[in-house]
Amino acid sequence: MNDMPKIEQATDMTDSKISANKVQVYYGDTHAIKDVDIEIQPRSVTAFIGPSGCGKSTFLRTINRMNDTLDICRVKGSIQIDGEDIYDPKVDPVQLRAKVGMVFQKPNPFPKSIYDNVAYGPRIHGLARNRAELDDIVASSLQKAGLWEEAKDRLDEPGTGMSGGQQQRLCIARAIAVSPEVILMDEPCSALDPIATAKVEELIDELRENYTIVIVTHSMQQAARVSQRTAFFHLGILVEEGPTQDIFTNPVDKRTQDYITGRFG
Amino acid sequence: MPVVWLILIVLAVAVVGYVLGRGRALASAGGEQIKLHSLPSYYGSNVAMKVVVPAFLILVLWLLVQPLIVNNSVSGLIPDSEIAEGSSRGLVLAEVRRAARGLDNAVAQGLITEDFARNARADFNDVTARLKEAGQVVTSQITQPILRAAQEYRVLNATGNFMMSIVVILAALAGAAWGLYESRADFRARNTVERGIKALLISAASIAILTTAGIVFSLVVNTVEFFRLYPAFDFFFGLTWSPTFSGRGGNSQLGIIPLLWGTFYISFVALAVAVPIGLFAAVYLSEYAGPKVRAVAKPLLEILAGIPTIVYGLFALLTVGPLLVSVFGPDGAGIMQSGTAVMTAGLVMGIMLIPFVSSLSDDIINAVPQAMRDGSYGLGATKSETVKQVILPAALPGIVGAILLAASRAIGETMIVVLGAGAAARLSLNPFDAMTTVTAKIVSQLTGDADFASPVALVAFALGMTLFVVTLGLNIVALYIVRKYREQYD
Ligand SMILES: Nc1ncnc2c1ncn2[C@@H]1O[C@H](COP(=O)(O)OP(=O)(O)OP(=O)(O)O)[C@@H](O)[C@H]1O
Ligand SMILES: [Mg+2]
Repeated sequence: MNDMPKIEQATDMTDSKISANKVQVYYGDTHAIKDVDIEIQPRSVTAFIGPSGCGKSTFLRTINRMNDTLDICRVKGSIQIDGEDIYDPKVDPVQLRAKVGMVFQKPNPFPKSIYDNVAYGPRIHGLARNRAELDDIVASSLQKAGLWEEAKDRLDEPGTGMSGGQQQRLCIARAIAVSPEVILMDEPCSALDPIATAKVEELIDELRENYTIVIVTHSMQQAARVSQRTAFFHLGILVEEGPTQDIFTNPVDKRTQDYITGRFG
Repeated sequence: MPVVWLILIVLAVAVVGYVLGRGRALASAGGEQIKLHSLPSYYGSNVAMKVVVPAFLILVLWLLVQPLIVNNSVSGLIPDSEIAEGSSRGLVLAEVRRAARGLDNAVAQGLITEDFARNARADFNDVTARLKEAGQVVTSQITQPILRAAQEYRVLNATGNFMMSIVVILAALAGAAWGLYESRADFRARNTVERGIKALLISAASIAILTTAGIVFSLVVNTVEFFRLYPAFDFFFGLTWSPTFSGRGGNSQLGIIPLLWGTFYISFVALAVAVPIGLFAAVYLSEYAGPKVRAVAKPLLEILAGIPTIVYGLFALLTVGPLLVSVFGPDGAGIMQSGTAVMTAGLVMGIMLIPFVSSLSDDIINAVPQAMRDGSYGLGATKSETVKQVILPAALPGIVGAILLAASRAIGETMIVVLGAGAAARLSLNPFDAMTTVTAKIVSQLTGDADFASPVALVAFALGMTLFVVTLGLNIVALYIVRKYREQYD
């Protein structure tokens, strides 16, 4: 019974989308991530949970090298996407980020029109040859993000004028528009009310068909609802990782158990 | 008694009052601080406040009013015959004051006695001789009436000062008594002191505002006066600027257009230099530079902002001008006659404005939330794409505000223009011609020996007023834009 997941994990190892090996992250002298090994499956949702300050965001940001924008941050170890080491000097972080999109905790639409927000990525990457193609990309991204109905009549209005939930879905649409393979989401619902949260969760569930999604969340219920696998971090260490079902019903580690039963964190 | 002594006495009373008031309040609560309405120090401060405020108010008023009264009554002692042709009562009064001061100094040096100085029958020749002996500058025409007036002046002032000392000290003591009387446990000393502090702050603020109002008022009055002597239409639309100082400026042509043209031309060159360089420097410092570079470069740029403009003026005159002449002058391109030109002043003024533009823009760019950058980088944008497409558009209103502020500084700048652009008012398109600006002309109109009632001098006020309106308008627009932008991210 207990062996089942392990075998499953082993078979999945070969075709995992992202595989991290002995990852260390330092902020100056602070050792924020210690020896993290993890395999992330393609076309599934992986949730990172753990108490505040345990390094979830830090680890998430290593996957698209967003930490490069911080001067004091150093990353060691290897992270491979599709078998390619993303910290290889040959890899251009800018291109990597087109492949690995990111959605942030607080909705951060640019102070531009809704259309321009979504068209931003395709424009800088030259994904559309003409205006018609760009229109198509914008429309389909908004549709995938479930925002088309609400936005189609106000594409010229500023994105910052939408509601928080709409803004967050706009940010998801913006990320989708560059056709990434992986989407990283750092607490995407923490600034949203329950109804907007439900919409975003629904959306994540739909996106799973085409994208590999990693989501950081503080809500155990959310992790249980949207993710197939869950990783529990504690003090910069990956304590436990496995199918969501197992983590929540049958955690192996004492710390995981304490956390999900609300005894700390 | 010298005023300094008086001030020290009042302050001493205040200190003693503070200590006594504190003690009295504590005593009235039986030494238990908890029973007092306010902290003991508030009771002390209340007493000190009541000593200082009325006493100093009286002192200031007295010092303002006394000279008026004394001058008035002394002035009555001078017969009209004493006022020579071409002179005025004011000049004679000044003579009286000088004589009085001479007497004071002679007494202080012990060369004459106080009695002698006051002696109503003293012979003015004798007094003059003695004053000269004492090394006091006395004009030769000290006359009997002037001497009498000077003696009267001294007596009146001495009495006035004596009375002032008494009144001020009495006021201080009365204030102390009042404050001490109040120093009981249930007195709300804290609230009173708080009100006093508020009044102090309000008066500071109103002094600033009243001064501004006063400046504007004097500008307006003199401008109106100028327009009575010179037609407003010719001033605003005249194409020639040629003041003639002779004949009370009667046939001067005072059109502002050439000056405005020079002002805007030079400011335009300055902004064309300062805006791109300042903006790029700001972008580099806030987006690209590492913390070490930033720590060095930012203060360096700000030092540039602290250099007095006269130094920039010298730089224009001695370095930039000759340099430009060697390239564009008769030996070079041949379009520049001398070192003083629009280009010289504009370039140097542009350099002066670089730190101004860059430090304002830097603040504004830093105020763009990090989330915007993250969002852009997260989509795979490069740094320059992020700067160009997200940061600058987001910061644009603020940057426009900064540019307008820089423009209003350029328009108001004087020293660089005086030294760098020349003094010729000229309507020309060639940036290598000498031109001049409104500010430079204000200086030259007032530093000549034209009399202040003639249009050639009064025009300075009309120029100042025009300048004031232009820069005020720019500042209002700039502040409006900056404020609007701030609201976006708060
Ligand atoms: N920019 C930074 N500079 C220095 N230290 C940082 C920085 N960002 C994070 N850290 C440190 O790294 C550790 C992990 O932070 P991280 O933001 O990854 O935590 P988290 O798990 O995302 O927490 P939360 O749930 O509150 O978002 C913390 O100890 C934090 O103090
Ligand atoms: Mg976090």
